[in-house]
Amino acid sequence: MSVKSKIFSAMKQIAEEQKVALPPLEDDLPLNDTGFDSLALAILVARLEDELGIDPFTVAEDAAFPSTLGEFVRAYENVPA
Amino acid sequence: MSPPDIFALRQYLGPELTDRTISDARHSVSLTDITQHSCLTRRSSELSGRSVLLATSGQLLSALAMIELDGVARRILLCPPDLDWERLQVLLDQAEIDTIVTDRPLPQCSAGSYIVIGIDLPERRTVGWKVDRATEWLMLTSGTSGLPKIVRHTLDGLAGAIIGEGTARYRNATWATFYDIRRYGGLQIFLRALIGGGSMVLSEPGETIAAHVARLRTGGVTHISGTPSHWRKLLMSGAAADFSPHYVRLSGEIADQAVLDGLARAFPQASIGHAYASTEAGVGFSVDDGREGFPADLIGRNRNGVEMKVVDGSLRIRSKRTARAYVGADAPPLADADGFVDTGDIVELRGERYHFVGRRGGIINIGGLKVHPEEVEVVINRHASVQMSRARSRRSPITGAIVVADVILVDGTNRERHETIRKEILSQCKDCLTVWKVPAVIRFVERLDVTEAGKLARTDA
Repeated sequence: MSVKSKIFSAMKQIAEEQKVALPPLEDDLPLNDTGFDSLALAILVARLEDELGIDPFTVAEDAAFPSTLGEFVRAYENVPA
Repeated sequence: MSPPDIFALRQYLGPELTDRTISDARHSVSLTDITQHSCLTRRSSELSGRSVLLATSGQLLSALAMIELDGVARRILLCPPDLDWERLQVLLDQAEIDTIVTDRPLPQCSAGSYIVIGIDLPERRTVGWKVDRATEWLMLTSGTSGLPKIVRHTLDGLAGAIIGEGTARYRNATWATFYDIRRYGGLQIFLRALIGGGSMVLSEPGETIAAHVARLRTGGVTHISGTPSHWRKLLMSGAAADFSPHYVRLSGEIADQAVLDGLARAFPQASIGHAYASTEAGVGFSVDDGREGFPADLIGRNRNGVEMKVVDGSLRIRSKRTARAYVGADAPPLADADGFVDTGDIVELRGERYHFVGRRGGIINIGGLKVHPEEVEVVINRHASVQMSRARSRRSPITGAIVVADVILVDGTNRERHETIRKEILSQCKDCLTVWKVPAVIRFVERLDVTEAGKLARTDA
């Protein structure tokens, strides 16, 4: 499974748990429009760290938090394994 | 003879009660004629008025020395086993210790600073005990970080709950505890055995649960106490099957409904009580109805000399059983101006009962929203497949922190059920907790560490 599909599947699971209706997941979807609040995003980042072994937003001190879903996914794809 | 107003341990060790013993894994010592024997290598009269550190390798010698020194020494500092010499040195200065009773060699650097007195099993006959003072009992707090604080108790205060309940009901009881008797919870049980006219079986560090329980059985233990973490470990081990105490007591941590129910199933013939006590606040109360929390009407009135109130969410206690003071040059006050000790334990009123929700210092802050790890654990522990759990903080780049949970499942839980159980625990948490308190991640683990004081380790939280 690609990093992107792992992220999407984790998002779907959290959306189900948090009773959030996810819009279609597209690269240019603003994170604000996913329906995820900061808690849901925090859960997502924690679970992805367990699954992928990385947390790109803590690794670099100056890491800017992404604003779209595409940027969010690339943050994971761009971290050297 | 002792002055009538001084209350000393040896007064409870008359020859009229026979067959009383105190034992560890290697030795059993008769309590019946203990007052005619000495465990010290010097005459006890030399210890009169001294400030004594009790630093023995095992609990048995400490127990014997407590009996011998109470009413004789100015103060006794009980040293738990896990304290290293460097940290101890600072505490000795604070406590103005001038004498060390020990069965171990001391570091060279300390030679000459203290009178050192050896201790061994009580084989020397002794005469002429003179109880002439109320000895101060100094104990160390069981905080997890930094140097422990020294608190000063009197035997009168330490035994307040025991005398208050009436000692006659414990005649012929054989007591045991998973605690070390050099800590508050363990000392309570040692004093119950001694003052109540019973016997005691001590715990042994490093002993397997199965070996410990075998010893409890052969020792005829009838009354036993430990923290909820101690009890969960026993229930997990399967060793409880052949053991049938009359009285099971929990203290030192929050006793949730799951552990109370688990003990009731494991020991159907036992009465099960949970007590609230701390090194600083003393014994507050005990609850015997098998339900978590405590009746709300215990707050706000003076019951057996204990007054409790709730201020800013935390339980405050005023009684003669609280410690008298912290000891040391810059020691902070132990109680407020009205004599109430702030326990730092946060309680919440739900209906007719108060429930403990956690420690003030243990709060996890999730983007400004607060959660006590214990309130999450209480909910997780309700799941039938959960044996024990620990909620903790995990740093988060989004909210600063989130709650995660480590869970031990009951023995023999099929791996294939893990995902189902995880979902069930999550949905249980969602039903009972506000959304930010629901663990973000649930991890199944084989073990959770328990501190020397018998409490779930939260240091890495």
